[in-house]
Parts: sequence; C-alpha cells; structure tokens
Amino acid sequence: MAGGAASGGSAASDTYAKARHWLLLPSWVVVGIFVLAPVLMMMVYSFLTKEFRGGVIWEFSLSAYDQFFFDRGLFGDEPAKIDWTYIAIFWRSIWQAGAATILSLLIGFPTAYFIATRPEKNRAIWVFLITIPYWVNLLIRTVSMKFLLRDQGPLNDFLVNIGLIDTPLHIINTNLAVQLGLFYSYLPFMVLPIYASVERYNFALSEAAADLYATKWVTLRRILLPAVKPGVIAGCILVFVPSLGAFLAPDLLGGAKNFMIGSLIEEQFKGNAGNWPFGAAISMILLTMVLTILLIYARQQRQAEDLS
Amino acid sequence: MKFLTTSAMALALMANAASAEGNLVLYHWFEYMPQALLDKFTAETGITVTMDTYDSNEAMLASLKAGGLGTYDLSVPGDYMVAIMAGEGLLDTIAEGELSNKGNIAAEWADPSFDPGRAHSIPYQWGSTAFSVDTTVYDGDINTTDILFNPPAELSGKINLLDSQGEVLAMAALHMGIPQCSTDRDQLKALNAMLMGAKAHWASFNSDTAKEVLVSGDAAAGMIYDGFAAKARAEKDTLQYAFPTQGYVVWMDNVVLLKDAPNRENALKFMDFLLVPENIAAVSNYARYASGLSGTAEFLDPELASLPEANPPAAAGAGAFIEVCDKATQAVYDQIWTNVKK
Repeated sequence: MAGGAASGGSAASDTYAKARHWLLLPSWVVVGIFVLAPVLMMMVYSFLTKEFRGGVIWEFSLSAYDQFFFDRGLFGDEPAKIDWTYIAIFWRSIWQAGAATILSLLIGFPTAYFIATRPEKNRAIWVFLITIPYWVNLLIRTVSMKFLLRDQGPLNDFLVNIGLIDTPLHIINTNLAVQLGLFYSYLPFMVLPIYASVERYNFALSEAAADLYATKWVTLRRILLPAVKPGVIAGCILVFVPSLGAFLAPDLLGGAKNFMIGSLIEEQFKGNAGNWPFGAAISMILLTMVLTILLIYARQQRQAEDLS
Repeated sequence: MKFLTTSAMALALMANAASAEGNLVLYHWFEYMPQALLDKFTAETGITVTMDTYDSNEAMLASLKAGGLGTYDLSVPGDYMVAIMAGEGLLDTIAEGELSNKGNIAAEWADPSFDPGRAHSIPYQWGSTAFSVDTTVYDGDINTTDILFNPPAELSGKINLLDSQGEVLAMAALHMGIPQCSTDRDQLKALNAMLMGAKAHWASFNSDTAKEVLVSGDAAAGMIYDGFAAKARAEKDTLQYAFPTQGYVVWMDNVVLLKDAPNRENALKFMDFLLVPENIAAVSNYARYASGLSGTAEFLDPELASLPEANPPAAAGAGAFIEVCDKATQAVYDQIWTNVKK
C-alpha cells in the first residue's frame, strides 16, 4: 500500500511536471519572439557584409568588428592601428550613464525614504505623484526639457530675474543637458525599487540601534543600507542600463553632435552610412557589456544568499 | 531605436491598409503637406489618406529597405534620392497614359537627369538649401559660406547644421570649391580637416527643428531650406536667408510611386490630384516653395513671387544639385561624416 501511494504520488508529480512544460510555453514564445529572435538576428547581421546604402549581403565577414577596433585611415589603406573613436563614444556613454545613476541615487534614495516613512494611507498618493509625469511619452518630456533649459528658456529667465545670474547659463547642447535629460528620464526607476525595499524595512531595528548609542549616520550605513541593498542595486541597474543605450537625450538635448552608443547605433541604420552590420556589431558589444554587469550582480546576489 | 519604432509603425499601417479599401498611405517629409489638401482629396475621391513622416532622405531610404516596402504607396524623395531609389529597384514605373495631368509639368522639369522621362516620379516642390542668420547677432555680410565653416566670432558656437550628410558635405564642397564627389586625396583630406576645424563652432545638428532653433534663439545661424527660412522670418523678422557667392544647394522633391504599392490605383489618383495647378499651389502657399508645374501663377499667394528666400540676388553663386557618388568615393565621404559627428 505504501509503495502504491508512493508511485501514485510520483505519477501526480510527473503529470504536474509535464503540465508545467506546457504552462511555460506562452512565456517561452514571448521570450523567443521578442527577445531571442531579435538578438540572434542582430548577432547574425553583425557577421555579414555590408551592402552599399543599407542592407546586408549574406557573406560572412568580420569587418564590422574590425571597423570598431581598428583605424585604417580615411581611405582604408593605411596600416591598422587601434581606433579610439568608438571606444571614446562607449566611454562617454558609460560616464554619462554612471553619473546619471549616482545623481538619481542621491536624489532618489532620500525621496524613497521620505515616502516610505509617511503614514501608510498617504504613501500611495506620494508614489502616484512620482509616476504622474511618466504618463507622458519620453520624447515629449525630452523636448520639454529642451524648452526649459534653453538660453532664453524659463529656467534661465527665472535665474536672471531673481538676480542669481547676470547672463543666461548655456546648458542646451552640452553634456550637462544630456546628463539632466538622462537623470530626469530614469529617476522613478531608482525611486520605486528603493521605496519597495525601505517600506519592508523594520524601523524597530533603527530604534534598537539608537538605543545602543549608534549615531544616525552609523544606523544608516550599518543597519538601513544593508537591509535595502537589493532595492538600491536594482534601482542602479534600472537607471544605468537604459541610460547607456539612450539616444533621445544626446540627440535632442546634446545637439546630436557627440554620439552616445544609442545614437551611434541609430546612425548606422538611419543615417547616410547605412552600415547595418556595423550597427549590429555595436549592439552586440553593448549587449555583452550589459550582460556582464548583470551576471556579476547575479553572482554576488547568489553569494550573499549562500552566506546568509 | 527610432528606426525600430518606424518599422513597428509600418507594421501597424500595413494591417490598417489591408483591412479596408479606399486607402492611400503616404510617406512624407515633416511639416510640408497641408492637411486641408489631404482633406480635399478625401472629399473628392472618398479615399482615406494616412501620412507618416520622416526627417531625411536617408531615414526614408533606410525604413523602406528595412521592410517598409509594400506598406507605403508614395514617398517624396529629393532629386538625388530618386536616382538612388530607382537604382535600388525601390520604384514602380508609371506607364505612358496612366497620369492624365502629366502635361501640366513645366517643360524644364519634365525630363530631369535624376529621373529621365519622369518614369517613376512627378515634381512636387523645389527650392534651395543655404542658411539663415539672425542679423541682430551678426550684421556683417552673410552671403558667404564662411558663416558656416569659418564663422565670425559673434556666431561661433551658435550655429545649427542640418543633420543631413548630403547637404552638409555638398555645402562644404562649395565652400572649398572642390567637386562634390572628389577622388583627389589631397582635396578629401583638406575637406576632412576643414570640417573638423569648423565643428568647434557648431552648436548642434538639427533637421526637423532647423526653424525652431533659429526662432527660439538657440542658434543665431543655421542651415535651412528656403521655404522653411521664409516661415522662420515670418516668426522672427531679423532672420535673413543667405545666398552665398560660393554657391548653394538646389533641390527638388518628387512624388514617387513605390514598388509593391498596396494601393497603386489610389496612388496614381493622388499623383494626378497633385498635378492639378490649383492643388500643388496650395502646397507652395503652405510650404513657401516653388512647384514644378506650369499654370500655377493665378493660385499662388502673391507674396511668393517677391519672397527674398526664393529670389537669389545677382551676386549669388550658382545653385548645385547634390551629386550621387560611386561606391568607393561614397565610402570616403561616409567616413568623413562619421568623423564630423563622433
């Protein structure tokens, strides 16, 4: 009887296992069509030969990657040397995305903390207020930023009128404008995950720390921050990764004169050069970088879990 | 990403176009076609017009090559782009007799070098590309390409360029007095060096906001199309359009019949509609450019005839169409453009 029951149990879990495969099918289809297929297509395209004025010729070629790393002069016949052009564009993007992340964290953390420490019935309103501007399309918000920041715009008018400055600050079409655009675009992605973490935090721990003569700074650093770390890291990733590939801010606020990775890729498909394999290769290099960051994060998370 | 969005929109449009008859899908420049004219066409024929816009010939070409073909019926490429698209096999041929109003095309535009015999296209509008300068910021002589490439101190850092390789490099060639498709290495190196030096004076590359940045004061000088410049002057009267003595770019936009047009019959009807002088004059009145038809005079806004943007002074250099370079030469120009924009 015991054996029968056991075999009955395993049959049930077999059925469950089979059903699970079928039940997962929709997510596999979605992931397959919307994630894997486009990425595979990009990968294949990055190894093809470019066709004149856009498109690809189905012949294997490494020239897209070669173009990224090596400079052969204006006419393509000089000895190859390391090409810093695209590496510099990547560096500029990483720097901008990193700065946007830090800025978002500095503003986003106190904001999230503030919301999480409001009476419970008011928190929803604060979260709601944070999300309202983001009901508007990103393009519209970026164009609005342009209006705000320009030399004769409201920001400069205000600063001049209150007598803080004499001549308008020149912000538009500079790296600072791009930075402000990125920061503003992705700020809620920092606030919301941190808020979710802080809300679950047991504030009795802070009180206990205070009872044990911990200063506020020590409580923040040793008690609160470790507890909400997953939210902070998630927020940083959610701001850093999209900032890295942004093209609206550099195009509209930066004057499209200094490429970031996103605008460089866009130019390969949309611009006169029409170099699709090169655009695909840059996308693959960007994807590799992002995946590496995420894998390092995932591994650290696992190690942290193993320790606890 | 913008390109992906366009493709997604193209897919949506395709679904739309397939579901109902009596449609026409137009792929057109921004801020160019008056909505009233589309409404008039719909009223006359019952055909619903859907319009999608682009901001450069190259963006339009990329979108069509990336799968837009079969979605759109008509697009409006500039002169050199008509030749390129025909060469790429993206255009359908209009048979003799398919357009009943073809006789209205002005003689000088009936057989252009970019589309011999008008096999794929009809004239839409033509004009010039140069630049406007805010004369309150700089009151010296503006009729020189130095304004863009070797600007006076007052304009340095306040110059907007069109985000268009063809127009910027053609203007640069005029500035240096070299051919547009040079194969001379010294000339090409000099061109590259000249542009690298000039870039330090430029504030931005904007095409679709070329007028807006001038009117708002973000830019004190900016490359712009003549009709767009007239509109800019209407909003800010200190903006003056230049005709450089070194020459300026001339262009003609043309309505082309795309290959695999889903509504070919309706597309031809629309082309015939645009070949009616009264209708094309409505575009000219709105966009402030000249049409390529004869018999439009009585329908045109009288102001257009005396428009300073449309009447080059005697001292102006010659107008030049953008040339189509061969593959090897183009590769060098593409490299120069990348250098400019990095």
